[in-house]
Amino acid sequence: MNISPEKKQVLKKTALNRLTLAGKLSLLGIILVTIVAIFAPYISPHDPMETNPERRWADASGYPLGCDNLGQCILSRIIHGARLSLLIGFASRILALLIGLIVGLTAGYFGGWLDWALMRVVDMFLAFPSLLLSIAISMFMGSGLGTVIFAIAIVGWAEMARIIRSATLELRSAEYVVAAKTLGATDLRIMLTHILPNCMPIITVIFTMGMATAVLSEASLSFLGLGVDPSLPTWGGMVATGKDFMISNPSLVIYPGLCIAFLVIVFNVFGDELRDILDPSRKGNF
Amino acid sequence: MLEFTIRRIAATIPVLIGIVFVIFSVLYLIPGDPALTIAGPRASQATVERIRTEMGLDQPFHIRFFTYIKKVASGDLGTSVLTGRPVLKSICEKLPYTLKLACVAMIISVVLGIVMGIISAVTKGKLIDRLCTILSVTGISIPVFLSGLVFLYIFAVKLRWFPASASSPIMLKNPLMAFLLPAFTLGIRSAAFLARIVRSSMIEVLNQDFIRTARAKGLSPWRILFRHGLFNALVPVITVIGLDLSSYLNGSVIVETIFDLPGIGRFAMDAILQRDYPIIQGVVLIGALIFIIVNLLMDLIYAWINPKIRDEMMGKSAA
Repeated sequence: MNISPEKKQVLKKTALNRLTLAGKLSLLGIILVTIVAIFAPYISPHDPMETNPERRWADASGYPLGCDNLGQCILSRIIHGARLSLLIGFASRILALLIGLIVGLTAGYFGGWLDWALMRVVDMFLAFPSLLLSIAISMFMGSGLGTVIFAIAIVGWAEMARIIRSATLELRSAEYVVAAKTLGATDLRIMLTHILPNCMPIITVIFTMGMATAVLSEASLSFLGLGVDPSLPTWGGMVATGKDFMISNPSLVIYPGLCIAFLVIVFNVFGDELRDILDPSRKGNF
Repeated sequence: MLEFTIRRIAATIPVLIGIVFVIFSVLYLIPGDPALTIAGPRASQATVERIRTEMGLDQPFHIRFFTYIKKVASGDLGTSVLTGRPVLKSICEKLPYTLKLACVAMIISVVLGIVMGIISAVTKGKLIDRLCTILSVTGISIPVFLSGLVFLYIFAVKLRWFPASASSPIMLKNPLMAFLLPAFTLGIRSAAFLARIVRSSMIEVLNQDFIRTARAKGLSPWRILFRHGLFNALVPVITVIGLDLSSYLNGSVIVETIFDLPGIGRFAMDAILQRDYPIIQGVVLIGALIFIIVNLLMDLIYAWINPKIRDEMMGKSAA
């Protein structure tokens, strides 16, 4: 399928126009958080790592949301936390997508015993209690950015593989695929140039929806102290620190907690909207 | 149905073996020598060697794997590195807490989810439906640890309806109270999810011809809604409830930590922090096993209620 750039422009335009108000607002929310994350060092009023015992709990001027138990600026930590949330969420989704694509395309395209075997592996990964598996992996591999990304991706790829496989299964018997085969195209070429582009709508949907899950998983791992280095500003980590001081100072939990909820909500709503537009057959379900 | 049942059960066996294989491999690959850990830092080289031989750690990978499978099949999940207690025994002690928690959470989730889903479906497109949708999206998106902490703050600290720790003496006298707050925390999340499924399933069913026929016959709206609508709409919900089980197990890790409940999630978390590998291995294995069995049952119930689905599943597995 070859779409001219002008036609692409029109398609994009209509897709954007078909978003409801909630969809547009959630897209705006995603863009907003992304901008905040990219420009974090320029936006945040203070260094998120700078501690000062004199400023503990202080509502000093210049610290809009106050300071935490170490005198670190809460607002600055929240702004920098957006970076890690988005980075880890995005990277783990990309990794999950890569594995899911390879497994899903192979299983759906070739079928037979290979499909059967690969799908049993997928079943296996779906059966593991996902958070426990993530926790166990981050435990075994030691804390660090790469570990967290890997731990989240390893539980996310199976669902992607399953959905890509069923999309491939449908496309496999499409006329243009049969035509390409008759013309002597290699399997790899058919998979990459004929099947993959037609899977893109569904891939976009599951990618966006999965971002919500990935952000939640990262926050949960950080909350349990198994995310990236605990001194780094992450929203989940901030809630974990705040919970010990919740009775005297609930805002320490509330602010970062609301940020997590906000980011997850916008990804959920936007993914839901995308699905209604790109994959109407599954409308209404999450 | 019999053929379907046999096929479905047969499909789970390789999955089970695979799970055991993965769990075993992860532990095999971890850096560090278990024999050294058990023997302690001051043990002599000979002691370490003896433990290694006793545990079969000097055997090659495949032999150790088959020994492990044999042990697992006979119900031996090893012993805790720290306390020396059999893992299976500890799990059996802790599991009831988590099961009770999951049961209460499931009741809350099913009741809330179905009621909200029906209200949403009936008032489709109206303000109430919109409000329900906003509520359910929020419910799905709020992390369990946040809602747990907020409930703890509101109901235990501010209103003092519940003590903050579930294992305090008052709680032991009235165990249902102990489970109410954590179960509510877990339950509203899946209630929100369920409400969405019930809503879309209900809307689909209410658009069917047989509902129009029922209306034309002049049946009362309530009868149509519950006898004809809900009964048919609930079929896909069964699968969702099964899949939800893993979210309870995941959630229990966090909820039990926050509310101080001595269940399996907390047990796993403690083991992870103390690097007690046999326990982690055992909990993940039991968790996966429960998930597989429950989903097997759900699939069978699903296929039994709806023969159309059964044929579809058979066709798919044959393809």
